[in-house]
Amino acid sequence: MTSSQRLSPTLAAIAVALPMIAVVVAVVQGAAGADPELWAHLREYVLAGVAWNTVILVGGVVTIAMALGTSLAWLTAACEFPGRSFFSWALLLPMAMPAYVLAFVAVATLDYAGAVPVLLRGWFGPELWLPPIRSTAGVIGVLAFAGYPYVYLMARGAFMTHGARALEAAQSLGLGPWAGLFRVAIPLARPWLAGGAALVAMETLADFGAVSVFNYDTFTTAIYKAWFALFSIETALGLALILLLFVGAALALERAARGRARYAASDSGARAALRIELTGARAWMACGYAALVFALGFALPAVALAQWAWQVAPLDLDGRYVDYALRTFGLAGMAATLCLALAIVLGYATRRAAGPVAHAAARVATLGYAVPGAVLAVGVVTALGAADQAWRTIAGGEGLWLQGTVFALLLGYVARFLAVAHGPVQGGFERIRPSLEEAARGFGLGAREVLARLHLPLLSAGMGTAILLVFVDVMKEMPITLMTRPFGWDTLAVRVFEMTAEGEWERAALPSLAIVVAGLLPVALLTWRMERAARTA
Amino acid sequence: MRLELRELTRKFGATAAVERLSIALDAGRIGCLLGPSGSGKTTVLRCIAGFERPDAGEVLAGGERLAAPGFWVPPERRRIGMVFQDYALFPHLAVLANVGFGLRDSARAQRQRRALEMLELVGLADQADKFPHELSGGQQQRVALARALAPRPRLVLLDEPFSNLDAEVRMELAQQVRTALTAEGATALLVTHDQREAFAIADQIGVLRAGRLEQWDVPWKLYHSPVTRFVADFVGEGSFIQGTVLGPGRVSTELGVIEGQLTRGQPAGTHVDLLLRPDDVIHDDESDLRAEVVERVFRGAQFRYTLRLPSGATALSFAPSHHDHALGERIGIRLDAQHLVGFPRE
Amino acid sequence: MDLNLNRVGRLATLLLIPLLLAGPARAAGEPLVVYTARKYQLVDELFQEYGRNRGIEVKFVTDDGAPLIQRLIAEGAHSPADLFISVDAGDLWRASEAGLLAPVESPMLEAAIPAHLRDPEGRWFGLAVRARTIAYSTERVKPAELSTYAALGDARWKGKLCLRSGKHAYNQSLVAMMIGDLGEAATERVVRSWIANLAAPPFSSDTLLLKAIAAGQCDVGIVNSYYLGRLQAETPAFPVQIFWADQKAGGTHVNISGGGVTTHANNRAEAIRFLEWIASPPIQQRFAAVNYEFPANAGVAPLPVVAAWGKFEPNLVNVGTIGRTQPAAVRLLDRAGWR
Repeated sequence: MTSSQRLSPTLAAIAVALPMIAVVVAVVQGAAGADPELWAHLREYVLAGVAWNTVILVGGVVTIAMALGTSLAWLTAACEFPGRSFFSWALLLPMAMPAYVLAFVAVATLDYAGAVPVLLRGWFGPELWLPPIRSTAGVIGVLAFAGYPYVYLMARGAFMTHGARALEAAQSLGLGPWAGLFRVAIPLARPWLAGGAALVAMETLADFGAVSVFNYDTFTTAIYKAWFALFSIETALGLALILLLFVGAALALERAARGRARYAASDSGARAALRIELTGARAWMACGYAALVFALGFALPAVALAQWAWQVAPLDLDGRYVDYALRTFGLAGMAATLCLALAIVLGYATRRAAGPVAHAAARVATLGYAVPGAVLAVGVVTALGAADQAWRTIAGGEGLWLQGTVFALLLGYVARFLAVAHGPVQGGFERIRPSLEEAARGFGLGAREVLARLHLPLLSAGMGTAILLVFVDVMKEMPITLMTRPFGWDTLAVRVFEMTAEGEWERAALPSLAIVVAGLLPVALLTWRMERAARTA
Repeated sequence: MRLELRELTRKFGATAAVERLSIALDAGRIGCLLGPSGSGKTTVLRCIAGFERPDAGEVLAGGERLAAPGFWVPPERRRIGMVFQDYALFPHLAVLANVGFGLRDSARAQRQRRALEMLELVGLADQADKFPHELSGGQQQRVALARALAPRPRLVLLDEPFSNLDAEVRMELAQQVRTALTAEGATALLVTHDQREAFAIADQIGVLRAGRLEQWDVPWKLYHSPVTRFVADFVGEGSFIQGTVLGPGRVSTELGVIEGQLTRGQPAGTHVDLLLRPDDVIHDDESDLRAEVVERVFRGAQFRYTLRLPSGATALSFAPSHHDHALGERIGIRLDAQHLVGFPRE
Repeated sequence: MDLNLNRVGRLATLLLIPLLLAGPARAAGEPLVVYTARKYQLVDELFQEYGRNRGIEVKFVTDDGAPLIQRLIAEGAHSPADLFISVDAGDLWRASEAGLLAPVESPMLEAAIPAHLRDPEGRWFGLAVRARTIAYSTERVKPAELSTYAALGDARWKGKLCLRSGKHAYNQSLVAMMIGDLGEAATERVVRSWIANLAAPPFSSDTLLLKAIAAGQCDVGIVNSYYLGRLQAETPAFPVQIFWADQKAGGTHVNISGGGVTTHANNRAEAIRFLEWIASPPIQQRFAAVNYEFPANAGVAPLPVVAAWGKFEPNLVNVGTIGRTQPAAVRLLDRAGWR
């Protein structure tokens, strides 16, 4: 403990949580100035409604995303049907489709004046009744389709790695594969399913783009309204604080409910289990189901986007798009690397730390995913403003040192997306038994070498998932990028914002499609890794 | 319930993991498949359990076909219990819930009672509320056995059940498992690479080599009258010396003429390699036959000496541990064999 | 314990050094720095042209008005911004209330921009005018059936009215204006009568609303005129037309896209010069035309497609008072249930 390079794990965890701690401090400070009279108004006319709406939305989205993600993961991991190997990666592609893009495609094509109802009324007459897309069901459906790939990814990983042996055990005890799914595979996948559900729930809570397209009021739209329309950023931050407390409590409850049970497989030398051969009508139903989800979540929206993009390409497409794409890739790459590094530090620190402080720090550090990006951006901008002020006081000089730099942008991304990297990395850490560490240290390896030679190689699958998830999420990110970017750092998402803010949805199709196409690359990499891991398992 | 395998074959790609394997195990008996790793014994077990589909041959339990060409009963309908090598306990369930997992169809209280009964049988009733990761390896193994036995399967399969345990625990546990299986009247088949486990638990043992069954017999006969050189080698310790058959029950060797029952009944004049078990070679200071000590292993009550015979061939011998001889010493030996096992000279 | 972060630290440093360098570059020739809520595609060309004319760089970031204001507040005295451009008078009013905009004395701007479109203290100036008025289906509605905003609450429009979301600033400023004209109680009655007449849940954009009228989902709606301008430019036969509301009672509601010089501008002179340049006739024409708006400078004619809607009397209340009333308008919308 004498070396200056040694660092307490608790301090390391707190250091990783700093961006989010700074944001929370800024939010709490701001919220302290909330206008009591405005609160009274919100309590009377707004809060109950948006709270109920939010519960319905999150409940519906999580339920459907879980049902879609888990069932599809089971079909592609444990069953055999026509097209299985194609769908096993294709079903991840909707991840590259930002929720707000899916939302505007759905409304633009399926609402009363959209192409599909117009066509149908042309065939069946003007009195034809169609279910309204701009409804609670519509917004739930869109967000569920945007979110299910997270559940799918997590569930599939769990099913493929440690489902096989446990399922055999269940079968030897008389359970058929379908009973085994519900009594063993799903309960065993619980931490991973819960992780996926938490990501979907948090993303839904924080969503502003998609719910705005549907004009659906949630806690997040109420935050925006308090800020944009009622001119009270303080009240907006107060609402955000309430949101944060609820999310923190919900996550803590889920963990507590797991009790002493564990989920990591015992020593599993399990070979890949037999896939359940689906035959006849069942096989085609499985194929049709996967195809339907793929079509609705990706193929049809992509075709609609491509068509609009084709129309506006002569007007808008030029060399700048190369810059936008490169900048988007650059930022996403840097943010993903940073989030991964910090997630590893956090995972390692909480593993080694003795007290509860490090774990608390980890909770705080990963709360940002549930906070509307704009609120995080306000927190980052405010915190960095204070930091700049402090720096000027200490060191003298003029100007802004941190604000308006890429550092500010990355800080915002870390605060928001650390949770996304933390999940898979933490899952990887949980599967490394402490005895391995002890064995490695028995050979005289220091903590640093243990990390480099033992953990990092064993974590590689989780690290790959983490880096690609963050990458894709950053590419889609809007409010933090908008508010904290330096001059000239426009990304594809910024271009989408500028078009949609002026109601020019079709023109937004071009940058949206560029995001989707750019997002395909990391998603393809991710699926390729998954397939390879499955083959070598 | 009687288990029967007929000409069972399972291929992985071009190589046959199991080839034309036939055995029959009577109801209430405990059988064992013994073989080095890679000999296909686990594959046999997985074919019986239903986790693998045989490429040819049949699996029958109590006369009912479980697998045959074009016919296959899924594992969950076979009523065959399995104890996995890694135990495969459900980490998210407490011990009692693990044991009760396969009990369905009956009332909750009844299931609870049966699960507790099984835990008592394996001596773990006081651990019912623990989670698997809170138990020792031996305890987990017993939970796995209790879980497999609870639904009263017609057959229990045990895959290398003791391989993850300490040597001391192993033998003791093997006995406990045998007691538990017998108490339940279960028919059981285990696979192992450790002959001592096999001897401790099994009524009948089959030796596998590269997917083929070399011998299926009671332990005593496996040891004393192995039908192949491989079985002789693999089961128990021993060595070979050259000899010539003089007549029924008489073989001439460099150690003199040995008399005993020649199990394979070769005719006079045949040149054979004669199997010598360590207990066939008795240390006797009075004897004129002398052999040089080239290796000695202290085993507490005994020494195991490796001896070089005049011809240069080696033989093993157990001697009480107060007979302490140094390497290089020449000690007296004599032979005391009842069963003479000779294989054609190679 | 002895977790060593050297490697991670080095990696992070490597990552960050070029980024910090790439931060706020202090170019020579004093660039003009603009924070603009008027989006890229509507400003980029003129910004570049101005920069070329003056031999300086025009740097800008886009975002919504409220985040830009928050960014200005956080940056304080050291903000690089010289100019703030918004698409809503409410935001301009709020920025000036927060002390972010400094008064400008410019005879040129005072002459070019009508008084109701600029701050009496000179902290911001309207640069383009958007009218929020009634749009109707040319197939199902005769202009003679229309008169005032309030009349859209009449029983004859039951199930035939479409509105955009009440969360949007354009509707909030319309209601704020009505509160000024009619008082809160009467305005709330009007809004409630509109909600009762809705044919479909409120839309998230004026464009979708106009398409819904064209498709027959509803007959009338309230929109910003320029959205129709875009659609008519694409499809001249688009079956929706503009009706100028409240011509006999106070005038049609207008909002502005405008700008002001920041309190802590480094390049104040250039910022004023830029505003004057935008307010000058030829540039005014282009500034408004790119978005089918009306020029703020009364002496400049709009695009033909816009002029075809005819002349109208705007409500002459200063658009700044809209900002002051907007929070009250939002609360009214909450009470009346305009989502």
